[in-house]
Amino acid sequence: MRTAHDLELVNLTKRYGDTVAVDAINHVFAPGSYVCLLGPSGCGKSSTLRMIAGHESVSEGAIRLNGVDISALPPAKRGTAMMFQNYALFPHLSVKDNVAFSLRMKGVDKTARHAKAMELLELVDMAHLSERLPTQLSGGQQQRVALARALVTEPEVLLLDEPLSALDPFLRVRMRAELKRLQRELGITFLHVTHGQDEALALADEVVVMNNAVIEQAGPAREVFNTPRTEFVARFMGGHNVVTLDGKLHAIRSDAVRLGAEGMPATVSAIEYQGDRVAVTAQAEGQEPIIALMSDEAFYSNDINPGEQVRLAWDEGRLHRLRA
Amino acid sequence: MKVTRETVTGWLQAAPLTVVLLGFLVAPIITIVIVSFWQATEFSIIPAFSLENYEFLFGSPVTYKVFAATFKYAFLTWAMTLAIGFTVAYYLAFHIRSQTMQIALFLLCTIPFWTSNIIRMISWIPFLGRNGIANQTLISWGVIDQPLEWLLYSDFSVILAFVHLYTLFMVVPIFNTMMRIDRNLIEAARDNGASGFQTLVHVIIPLTKPGIMIGTIFVLTLVMGDFITVRFMSGSQRANVGRLISNDIALLQYPSAAATAVVLLCTVLIVIGILLRFVNIRKEL
Repeated sequence: MRTAHDLELVNLTKRYGDTVAVDAINHVFAPGSYVCLLGPSGCGKSSTLRMIAGHESVSEGAIRLNGVDISALPPAKRGTAMMFQNYALFPHLSVKDNVAFSLRMKGVDKTARHAKAMELLELVDMAHLSERLPTQLSGGQQQRVALARALVTEPEVLLLDEPLSALDPFLRVRMRAELKRLQRELGITFLHVTHGQDEALALADEVVVMNNAVIEQAGPAREVFNTPRTEFVARFMGGHNVVTLDGKLHAIRSDAVRLGAEGMPATVSAIEYQGDRVAVTAQAEGQEPIIALMSDEAFYSNDINPGEQVRLAWDEGRLHRLRA
Repeated sequence: MKVTRETVTGWLQAAPLTVVLLGFLVAPIITIVIVSFWQATEFSIIPAFSLENYEFLFGSPVTYKVFAATFKYAFLTWAMTLAIGFTVAYYLAFHIRSQTMQIALFLLCTIPFWTSNIIRMISWIPFLGRNGIANQTLISWGVIDQPLEWLLYSDFSVILAFVHLYTLFMVVPIFNTMMRIDRNLIEAARDNGASGFQTLVHVIIPLTKPGIMIGTIFVLTLVMGDFITVRFMSGSQRANVGRLISNDIALLQYPSAAATAVVLLCTVLIVIGILLRFVNIRKEL
């Protein structure tokens, strides 16, 4: 759906000498959505984000926000704000002054900018620590401050560069709920770069999977996960087996694979207990190892051991043909 | 405190340096302080406890004039080495992208240090002299008719030599601090709408302060303790505290020299003490 207020990438290209980091990508981001740019390291997702932010020059193509090409504007004039991976808080300024920094640069007087900064610190629940220095904060707290500092410029698009990667797993899950809540409250577009597919699935309205400088697939999280278009997406999103049938590649979700009386003959090579589920790895002839995920109930109702012969079956409808 | 194996090892590890410092720093200073209370005549030194040297020192207007001159040299040299040193360090740290180039240019800065101070000082003399290269060039360009008298053997030449000799002591610590500034902070400043100049004033300078302070301490102590540069470059026409001390020593007036040295030492320590109240350099060390 196109509106006048969307962010659009047109043939966006980034070259570093002879290497192409981003290869003529085209995409329209719906306004007010939470978008995750997902891909392995070196796939061009960070370069894309940095070009949108204005911290990397555009080799070719355009970035349009609200119908205006912003690719030649300085970062602060674009209507975007960036939250850096390591937060990049100014170590010599208090939390409050960090948040008020952009207002200070604009020449807003002290009372006004501090009032505005406190308002944003309130939003991220950090108002009580406003006089502290960044080094006196925990990672999660620093991240909230970085978030407040990015939001104080009232951006239309907030760019987040692997924002959760520096946090421990427990905090990561909590912060990701927080990010989602903020995005919903503010109603602006969040563009979040990550290499973790679980993070992308948990957060995103739209997932954009990148690989080798191009967009492999883009769409709602559920669609990308359920119907991966290419082998790369199927493997990268995880939870899928890639099987070769009649010389063509197909994806089948691991939890759609059953061990039954009929189907593809295979030998069980490994069994992994995962708590709520059990992953059975089986080797069929001419195939890569296939993983069948089953509930622990189903698994323990019949006794399966490594080395045993089983048959793998699935509903035809769950099988999904991949583009070569 | 319980004496464990670790604490003993710790003390032992610190011992060699402690011995060196006690023997070669603390002991001489104590000696100087003791000698500064002795008395001296033209031909003898009398161990005693007398305030004679200090009375003479604080009672003489020459002392105040010479201290004022020393402060003047220190301040002007500081201001200029800071301006040049900061600019050079900033250029090296933020404008040179490749690390190889950075190292190459940094080494280039240190090349003058491969020759001795005195040689570098003396090499200014034929350049600045009455019929030196500078004057002849200016005359041949028609900028001046008469040779400039103030180029050599003046405050100008003294400060020029100081700046030339000591700028590197500013460049190195400032460059070192600048290299530790997270480059993301510069981007974050830009992202927050700071212009290049605003980034310099609000981000780079505050974060470079410890380096500036270390450079300041180097330059101040070097200039305030110097006597040879002032003597050579002023043709013995200017004085600073160092020259006062060296003259006393030349006249074998050790107690008087010691008293002046003690006063100079205290002055420098007070100045540094004041400076350190402004900036915390601990995290740089």
